[in-house]
Amino acid sequence: MSFADHLPLLVLLVPLLGGVLSVFTGGGRVPWLWACSVTLLTFLGALELFSIVTTAGTRTYALGDWPAPWGIELVVDTLSAIVITLVSGIATVVTFFARRNVEKDIPADRLNFFYSLWLLAITGLLGITATGDAFNLYVLLEISSLTIYALVAMGKETDRRALPAAINYLVMGSIGASFLLIGVGYLYMATGTLNMADLHETLTLMREAEGGFNRTVLTSFAFITVGLGLKMALFPLHTWMPNAYTYAPAAVSALLAATATKVGIYMAFRFTFTVFGSDFGFLQPPNSTVLMACACGAVLFGSYVAIRQRSLARLLAYSSVAQIGYIVLGLSVLQTDAVTGSILHIVNHALMKGGLFLVVGVVAWRLGSSDLSALGGLGRRMPLTSAAFVVGGLGLIGVPGTAGFVSKWYLLSGLLSSGHWPLAVTVLIGSVLAGIYVWRVVEIIYFRPPDPRHAEVSEGPVTMLLPVWILIGLSLWFGVHSAGPVALAGEAARTLLGQGG
Amino acid sequence: MELLGTYNYWVYVVIMMIGFYAVIARHNLVKKVIGLGIFQTGIFLLYISMGVVRGGSAPVRGPGTPPDTLFANPLPHVLILTAIVVSLSTMAVALAIIVNIQRRYGTIEADEIHRMDREEAEAPAPSPVSAGAEEVAG
Amino acid sequence: MELTLPTIALLTPLFGAILIALTGRRPDLREGVTLLTAVGLFLIIASMWGPVAGGERPSAHLVELMGPGLTLALEVEPLGLIYALVASFLWIFNSVYSIGYMRTLYGARSEGQTRYYICFAAAIFAALGIAFSANLLTLFLFYEVLTFSTYPLVTHARNEAAFRSGRIYLGILVSTSTLFLLTATIWTWVLTGTLDFTEGGILAGKASAGTMVALTCLFFFGTGKTALMPFHLWLPNAMVAPTPVSALLHAVAVVKAGVFTVLKIAVAILGLETMRQTGAGDVVAWFAAFTIIVASLLAMSQDNLKARLAYSTIGQLSYIVLAAAIATKSSITGGAMHIAMHAFGKITLFFCAGAIYATAHKTKISELGGIGRRMPITMLCFLVGALSTIGLPPFGGAWSKWFLVQGTIEAHDIVFLVVLLVSSLLNIAYLLPIPLVAFFGREPQAAADGEEHPPAEHGEAPLLCRIPIIVTAIGCLLLFFWPRFLHDLAALAAN
Repeated sequence: MSFADHLPLLVLLVPLLGGVLSVFTGGGRVPWLWACSVTLLTFLGALELFSIVTTAGTRTYALGDWPAPWGIELVVDTLSAIVITLVSGIATVVTFFARRNVEKDIPADRLNFFYSLWLLAITGLLGITATGDAFNLYVLLEISSLTIYALVAMGKETDRRALPAAINYLVMGSIGASFLLIGVGYLYMATGTLNMADLHETLTLMREAEGGFNRTVLTSFAFITVGLGLKMALFPLHTWMPNAYTYAPAAVSALLAATATKVGIYMAFRFTFTVFGSDFGFLQPPNSTVLMACACGAVLFGSYVAIRQRSLARLLAYSSVAQIGYIVLGLSVLQTDAVTGSILHIVNHALMKGGLFLVVGVVAWRLGSSDLSALGGLGRRMPLTSAAFVVGGLGLIGVPGTAGFVSKWYLLSGLLSSGHWPLAVTVLIGSVLAGIYVWRVVEIIYFRPPDPRHAEVSEGPVTMLLPVWILIGLSLWFGVHSAGPVALAGEAARTLLGQGG
Repeated sequence: MELLGTYNYWVYVVIMMIGFYAVIARHNLVKKVIGLGIFQTGIFLLYISMGVVRGGSAPVRGPGTPPDTLFANPLPHVLILTAIVVSLSTMAVALAIIVNIQRRYGTIEADEIHRMDREEAEAPAPSPVSAGAEEVAG
Repeated sequence: MELTLPTIALLTPLFGAILIALTGRRPDLREGVTLLTAVGLFLIIASMWGPVAGGERPSAHLVELMGPGLTLALEVEPLGLIYALVASFLWIFNSVYSIGYMRTLYGARSEGQTRYYICFAAAIFAALGIAFSANLLTLFLFYEVLTFSTYPLVTHARNEAAFRSGRIYLGILVSTSTLFLLTATIWTWVLTGTLDFTEGGILAGKASAGTMVALTCLFFFGTGKTALMPFHLWLPNAMVAPTPVSALLHAVAVVKAGVFTVLKIAVAILGLETMRQTGAGDVVAWFAAFTIIVASLLAMSQDNLKARLAYSTIGQLSYIVLAAAIATKSSITGGAMHIAMHAFGKITLFFCAGAIYATAHKTKISELGGIGRRMPITMLCFLVGALSTIGLPPFGGAWSKWFLVQGTIEAHDIVFLVVLLVSSLLNIAYLLPIPLVAFFGREPQAAADGEEHPPAEHGEAPLLCRIPIIVTAIGCLLLFFWPRFLHDLAALAAN
């Protein structure tokens, strides 16, 4: 086997080893440098894998040479490749950004442990995306979740409320993961296999043989959906998210907002389309109605509550709840354009929200807080940071020229062409509400007089501004040159929908 | 399926719900974590009990084991070993966080913590100009 | 990106904006950049008149935005050329006027003037993008850019009232464009698979009558810049902006973008034939008629001069909306001509209003008694602008009104004909008293409003304000005697 064949494994092996070895990196700047190198290496591997998969097709890898379906298999198709590249890319950028924020939040002798957890979290997220085995997914999910609970708790140096936020997240997240475990257990009970492709075949055969749905399989689907809904913060299972994102260290929030929930959505896509199959009947009414209702609730509730927030981080967290609602909405209508829009939004929202949370990071580092009341007049003293916020905010609204517009266009096309008028109206109302909360912040940044406590601040350092503008700049780039991503996402969508058995 | 023949499922459901109840209804954080552990133990029982083969022995193979022995399905056991480790790690992280909460809040009762956070959020933050002139409430 | 003439024209104001930003510290140089860019732009656009009138359609592919059929592209055709010519020509004189107005009131180095000139250039850039758009996607994109680039102009004063108006401005325009215009655009895309502007429309045979009606309503109400009731409130509220900005909003770019959009969509997306067959424009036409009458009545009740002019604009815009909704050849011709005629007339009126404020610090019509004797040239031009807006010869407005009336006759819509005639009478009622009071009225007694300057001590408007006023007033006159070039373009557009 050539080097390239091992890439699916390397993509998660490198950060895993990096995370373990990080413990030995001592203190000072070394842990950060180590983490940057590891993530960069992973990203390069992911890019290589991405180009292989998009030209040559799905790659599989049997761990330990045990053939599927008995052995654990890694499967990287177009959707996986997109998400792997996205996660590793954002991880690289945010790790580079993280140094100053982390040094402020974490004591110097703990940095090696912090970056160890950081890299292990990334390992878990990448592993989830690469695996083709249902139980292996649970294991990797828990790897990422546990490290993330600990990372969130590390915000305790700046604000002790990080601790109850972390324990709340832990309890809810563990229940969610346990539900997933139960669901996988029922699937195994019914089919005798854990390999995703094999599950799909077996379930299809079962359905044809029995002429309907096996109750065990239905139960499994229910548990898995609820469990994943919790992990991706789908309304009304989102309550852990605002607190976790607000009180975690700024760098952690940025990483999570851009990657963790996206991987959660990826899991939902994987189970819904690849394992169960889109024509399996689960996503026909009334089941799909429940999902659509949750998604609409997410859009309207999230956007409305965001308007009334006093903290920028919390505002962005509720905004994420709404944006995840968009993605799930596209998933629930099973129409090619809508699913394309969802996949595009996974990438576009990750870029925009990642960039926006990095803006919060810069502001928090300079001002010590991300309260809206402290942001007065920031437009003058931190022009580049503020401009980044405006651009990211316009993307959340969906103004043409930004990436957010492209994903929204396809989502709406799909909803309109499949006749789901109320859902389309919900999406549009969500955009208008987003306009309100974004503009509220813009007005404060540019038009309110500065808070006297923060009169002396200046622009953030280049090492922080560069990552901010990389992500925001990419969201603009993909807003104008999105023919490529659209084609790719469309291909991924068609593959997913075509796997309906 | 007869009621008695599926008693393993009933056991697992009951155990799971006891644990779930503890998580939701108890305010003490350690009790919540214990509840979580019980919840997950129920799931382990589900897996293991589904792997039972009538007349099969424990799925451990030694040097002296006859080649035609009937074993219970080893796969669920393997899965659960992993899940037990996960559950253990979860509890370790949870307890670490709780220790920190005890240090910073002085209590591990969830409603107390919630009340303290709310009071702190509602109290006005002291401004540097009038520091010392006002008492911060809560 | 193809670097043909349309692209060059589009990019000129953008480069101008960048240069203005760079020369911000040297006000005279900065103003020079604005003027040079404006004149250069007008010459470029004027050079395209010959080819376009002869049947050519210069085009440019900019970027493939989202996939095949979803590209940013430009195409210069008669209707767009009318709008572009008006916008670029008036930009020149609006800039001259701005210099005079802003420097008289605030001095050359006052806060925010660089931002002001940059945003002006950006707005013109957006206006050209709309004028030259080859498909709905391009138009929508530049339409949104126009909204956001004019926001800093509307909120120029940076006080509480300005922000409130800014919020209403953004709120109405972004809500209508997101909820209605975007929906209609995507729906059209889903129905036909294309968004390209095509003569005769793209919906024939692809949409039922009900769908046509719904689409027409969504398109027309989604174009909030037409100030069609009930989405008109942003316009009177935007009067807090400095007068040159009001002139930009009302005459040069913003509302003209709105009515251009509805005309373009009627001709090239919905299709005039299809619209008439399905009665698609009926609902909109009634709203337009309602707007015309109500706006005129509201105008009569306004004492604030700019407010009265604002409501006048709302009514005048609905002439064009009505024309688009009726969808006959003459009505489209009239609507297209009215873009130019109303622009010249209204900008003259606004220039005069601003000049009165800058020299005499008066905003209310009740205070204008006798001012015509102190500012004869200004008020004479005001009279010219008023007569053109009312639609009386020998001023340009007469021609566009003629064709609008023809349009209603062609469509056998006697009700709308009556509406047009009645509104002309109302126009007289709210516009003509102003110059009459100015020339023949008595001067108000000593400052009842606590003005800084005692009423007796002021002269004519500053020179830099007077020149544009005179130029645009003469324009109203010239457009009456030489309407041929405008009419030919408009008729081509209506085909």
